[in-house]
Amino acid sequence: MTAEPSAVVNGEASAVVNGLPYPLEGPLPVAELVGRLLPEVVVDGVPQGVAVAVDDAVVPRGAWERTEIRPGMRVEVVTAVQGG
Amino acid sequence: MEPTSHLTGTLPGDAARHPAGATGTPADATGRPAGATGTSAGATGATGASAGVTGTPLTIAGVELGSRLVMGTGGASSLLALADALTASGTKLTTVAMRRVARPAPGGPAPGGASAGGDTSVWAMLDRLGIRALPNTAGCFTVREAVLTAQLAREACGTDWVKLEVIADDVTLLPDPIGLVEAARTLVADGFTVLPYTNDDPVTARHLADAGCAAVMPLGSPIGSGLGIANPRNIEAIAAESPVPVILDAGIGTASDAALAMELGCDGVLLATAVTRAADPVRMARAMRLAVEAGYDAARAGRMPRREQALASSPPEGRIAPANNLDLAL
Repeated sequence: MTAEPSAVVNGEASAVVNGLPYPLEGPLPVAELVGRLLPEVVVDGVPQGVAVAVDDAVVPRGAWERTEIRPGMRVEVVTAVQGG
Repeated sequence: MEPTSHLTGTLPGDAARHPAGATGTPADATGRPAGATGTSAGATGATGASAGVTGTPLTIAGVELGSRLVMGTGGASSLLALADALTASGTKLTTVAMRRVARPAPGGPAPGGASAGGDTSVWAMLDRLGIRALPNTAGCFTVREAVLTAQLAREACGTDWVKLEVIADDVTLLPDPIGLVEAARTLVADGFTVLPYTNDDPVTARHLADAGCAAVMPLGSPIGSGLGIANPRNIEAIAAESPVPVILDAGIGTASDAALAMELGCDGVLLATAVTRAADPVRMARAMRLAVEAGYDAARAGRMPRREQALASSPPEGRIAPANNLDLAL
């Protein structure tokens, strides 16, 4: 097992997004995180082909606005790519 | 190399086991091959040129697919080349992998990695081409990873179909049958339509079907090897027994491998790098489409019996007899 990045990096509170520390200024809704990471996939306000898990549980798209990312949470943001 | 001669060498006992033919799945009186139990009932096969290219469609979990060739998207040099190859293959079901999106670097462009959306996304491309996406769990070594990846794929791709892979190690890339069956049970219970990538072991295939998988997808040979079907007897046994469609997955190198899979009784073939890493992917994609159709028809055409010795097909009567050439006339 690789060591998970700490919830505090350089004195800032952070989550872990796709395996890397992600500084948080405050609770961050999943929808806002996706919009920051993938501004180009949002069509009519709905990101296409993207899914999010927080602490190993999928967050359904309908819950992105009300689900907040907090320090120490592990977040996975994935999309479909070539493969298989 | 002629495929049938290769098979004769590897399947010496089949003429005795299957009088109708060694490697072609023997058709019964209805023309339905032993391995086609997963296809819809009443299959009579494509018995003539007018019967079309596929006869009865491949049906998985109640969904009729317009092609028996399932494509992967791995290994393509570009999305444009991939789109052309997919179109030439005629596929209606194509795998995609799930990967972390790239994290934009502060003050710079996004680093290399997955990008989504717009014209550069495989997801958008499949949507444009009208091809159903089959997300996979490639790269998952544990049940937990595979299940979470499948759940993410369902959310991202809007489909509950999943090509389930639980890989034993990153050297052989062989399926881990124990984790695979466990993950399949978990995902079936969670409402997924599970198409597991499995070994060429008939008993594992049976366990997967018993677990509720919608198909079983045994390997021909290791992923990316292009070695064809290493154990045709096992593939034939899996196809003969399976209550769900059997799709030969992994190891296909060229068109004759795909045709053989169908002749062994498989209901479909899944391949990727045989096309994407061919020198001319579009041409190889077309070859694969034709090979799958040819193998499907051959399996249902009731191949001729094998013989130990030659048998003339021209009539023996009425041969000419030039002077002083009687020996040759025989």
